[in-house]
Amino acid sequence: MRPNDVILKTATQLVTFIIIIFSIYVFLAGHHNPGGGFIGGLMTAAAFVLIGIAFDIKTIKRILPFDFKILTATGLLIAVLTGIGSFVFDSPFLSHTYDYFYLPLLGKTELATALLFDIGVYFVVIGVTLTIIYTIGEDN
Amino acid sequence: MNHLIIAPLLIPLLIGIILLFIRNSIRVQKVLSIFSIIAMVIATFILLLSVLENGVQTYELGGWRPPFGIVLVADSLAVLLVLFTGLVALACFLFSVRGLDKDRKAYFFYPLLQFLITGVVGAFLTGDLFNLFVFFEVLLMSSYALIVLGGEKVQLQESLKYVLVNVISSALFVTAVAFLYSITGTLNMADLSQRVAEIEQPAIVTVIALLFLIVFGMKAAIFPLYFWLPGSYSAPPPVVSALFAGLLTKVGIYAIIRVFTIIFYHHPEITHQILGGLAAITMIAGVIGAVAYQNLHKILVYNVVAGVGYIIFGLSSFNEPGLFGGIFYLLHDMLIKAALFLLIGAIIVITKTTSMSKASGLMKQYPILGWSFLAAALSLAGVPPFSGFFGKLMLIQGGIIAEQYWTVAILLLSSLLVLYSVMRVFFLVILGEENIPPLEKRGNVKGLVYPSLILLGLSFIMGMGAEWLYPFVADATTTLLNPDIYIEAVLKE
Repeated sequence: MRPNDVILKTATQLVTFIIIIFSIYVFLAGHHNPGGGFIGGLMTAAAFVLIGIAFDIKTIKRILPFDFKILTATGLLIAVLTGIGSFVFDSPFLSHTYDYFYLPLLGKTELATALLFDIGVYFVVIGVTLTIIYTIGEDN
Repeated sequence: MNHLIIAPLLIPLLIGIILLFIRNSIRVQKVLSIFSIIAMVIATFILLLSVLENGVQTYELGGWRPPFGIVLVADSLAVLLVLFTGLVALACFLFSVRGLDKDRKAYFFYPLLQFLITGVVGAFLTGDLFNLFVFFEVLLMSSYALIVLGGEKVQLQESLKYVLVNVISSALFVTAVAFLYSITGTLNMADLSQRVAEIEQPAIVTVIALLFLIVFGMKAAIFPLYFWLPGSYSAPPPVVSALFAGLLTKVGIYAIIRVFTIIFYHHPEITHQILGGLAAITMIAGVIGAVAYQNLHKILVYNVVAGVGYIIFGLSSFNEPGLFGGIFYLLHDMLIKAALFLLIGAIIVITKTTSMSKASGLMKQYPILGWSFLAAALSLAGVPPFSGFFGKLMLIQGGIIAEQYWTVAILLLSSLLVLYSVMRVFFLVILGEENIPPLEKRGNVKGLVYPSLILLGLSFIMGMGAEWLYPFVADATTTLLNPDIYIEAVLKE
């Protein structure tokens, strides 16, 4: 019998958003401060695991209605394609570059192609973590 | 910028990822896999020709200059091994089309195959010690999944041992790299070689060299460290065993050759002496196992161990014919071990047993299978028209020049016993009175024999056309014996 965990569920609804926003902050901060795709991805996955603990695994599936294995593959593909992209500019595999852009709201912003690679890492980490949790959690 | 060097690495990686998306349509997976392997073989062949013409080529990843960035180095040895990796993978792929059940194919067999190739090719091409570790892990992860794929009881048992042994040896690898880094302050192999030469390999570096020997010896199955191999190579289905026997131990051997010719070559009286001793015992241990067993898998598996001994012996004699023979035998061994495992796989499909005494007389109904097994057996033992002869001849020559008469004698004797072990299979299982299960109980071997025929054909061409292969292998030997060629190509000073 499941105990009445109203407090846990209510707290989760609030905390999850804070965790996800913080994980995205950490992910974007990775170029100049501690952080990056790996830790960002793990924290995002942790937020979904929290949902899984407070509610159940089916809820994660409802929020993210796609195959986590495909998410992993997408991440890998993004990372490899970032590397291959440098062939277009006749530089070696995985060459990266950066530049400054004036974006609305943000002003002068440094954008690096390394971020694209990191998005790949971010997806792979989320995908792998959730695949593991989901596979073990679903297995009876 | 010459992107050809990274092509053999990138093609299987990219196709492997794409295959993850199309898990449900096995037919598309097959088409893409074969496309990937063929494209990789062609790219490698063009690369090989250009390496022979222009010397050692390098590829600086991300545009960072060598001691600071990761560099891929394409010298003749690495590219030859990549080419033969492609050929073995091609044959194993063709066998898997009919020789593997649907469930395994649906659970990511083909992507895993592509990732295994990526790891093996990366380990051959890299010029950075830590990157070598990463590619070792790439190929090991794929091999863990391949060994357990299917989930039979024996597979689970053996994969547990296999994973445990490899996790320990990987941890030792990291430790060895850490020790070496703390002394030299670099990870690039060319730079390492220079710095170790500057300090003239003090005793502590020789100790680290021996630690590397333990690490790679565990992957390559050298004498006291081969205990995990017999079980884990006979557990998975035949295609996977053939892939493992053709590729995995060879990566360990390659790493030993690389490390002991480019970095730790200053005190051969210690390191190469030990290598020679271990090679001799490995040969003995291998043939003892090969002669002792009645189980078809076990006989082949112990022949893999004996083969490792021959190649390491070539390295330990450390002269031109010895190394030449070692490399030639390494290439031959990749082809012929894969071919033998595939042939035994086909035999087991027919007879439904791995025991040698339970079935006999395949020759009448399966003549092609029978004759090709005979050819593979003769090639393995080193009978002239096939490829095994030339390599062993050079190995013996190198051993005599290095005055290692005892080891040469052991090599000759163990060749005889290797021949005995496989001919016993030929006489008892292939020839003899017809005693195989009735037709309806037999498995279908349609399409299972011709992949090994391709490998045997290549082995035959290698034996007859050793003249064509000679310049490539000789070039590889020259680079190994003169590390300066390698260092200059990488650091470009």
